[in-house]
Amino acid sequence: MSLELIPLAVLMGLVTYPSRAVPLLVSRVERMPPLALAYLRLVGPAVLAALAAANTVVRVETLADGTRDVSFHVGPEWPAVALCLALVAWRRNLLLGIVAAVAVVALARALSLG
Amino acid sequence: MSIIVFGGAAQFAAVGYVMGGFSWAGVVLLTAFLNARHLLYSAALAPYLADRPRPMRAAMAHFLTDEAFALAITHFRRVGRADLWGYWFAAIVTTFIPWNLATLAGVALGGAVPDPSVFGLDVVFPAAMGGLAVALVSGRREVVAAISGAVLAVAISLAWDPAAGIVAGGLLGPLLGLAAPGRPLGRAYPESPLPLADPEFAGRALEAGEGADGSERPRDDE
Repeated sequence: MSLELIPLAVLMGLVTYPSRAVPLLVSRVERMPPLALAYLRLVGPAVLAALAAANTVVRVETLADGTRDVSFHVGPEWPAVALCLALVAWRRNLLLGIVAAVAVVALARALSLG
Repeated sequence: MSIIVFGGAAQFAAVGYVMGGFSWAGVVLLTAFLNARHLLYSAALAPYLADRPRPMRAAMAHFLTDEAFALAITHFRRVGRADLWGYWFAAIVTTFIPWNLATLAGVALGGAVPDPSVFGLDVVFPAAMGGLAVALVSGRREVVAAISGAVLAVAISLAWDPAAGIVAGGLLGPLLGLAAPGRPLGRAYPESPLPLADPEFAGRALEAGEGADGSERPRDDE
């Protein structure tokens, strides 16, 4: 196993940690205005929806030269994720939604639809 | 890398960059950019963890990933307070340990590992993130924030870069959510652990927040 990339991993960790830690360590919640608290309350739904949408609709491929090709993707993931959202909203059961989504995608691919 | 960086997207990208001959400085810069979304996660969790010892928060920060944030914020909102065991379970048991075991398996078994996309497992991540977003929706403002965050993320991902799209969706979606009609500011949401009318309570008061029994609480717009 090559160890030559460990310093790179350390550098990557060093630039990642502040983004995870700074708000947790320096924020003074008791002094934040109500508007800021209301804003933070909405970050969760917004960023999770952003992650879900981007990972469903946007396809990223790393090319041989290291550059990335970003493209719009249409596939069975769309109805699968939509089904998951509907099931979570209806039954409040995330596991059920995920299982259904996986089943839809697996079935579509087995039928060469995606 | 899975222990030190512990960031899936950045790790996958770094592999591509290194194979493509990028300089280390470029890889590090792009890693910082890709992982900038953690600022949002950390800020959103900060009100819940404000009264915890600083060293503990410093340790918790290292394990803050997409998945840990999604599970923790949903759990905290549901129980109405910060639940440390819930956080550690989400961050370590369900994320850190499986990620590192899977990394080891990938290194050891290499090409013998079947392509998970054949089984549809690649849809687990977006389905889980979307499902957890739905679980956090309790009113019009959350709906607007989620939909606008998703739309902005896709548009900016396609126009520029997916990392920028997710950060932009997470930053701007809540602004649009705040612009939507909702309960007046200064009045606590029924299901909120944050008593907005009294900032003194933020943090410590989460321990005594409403809904600590995990019961269903009324929706914002009901």
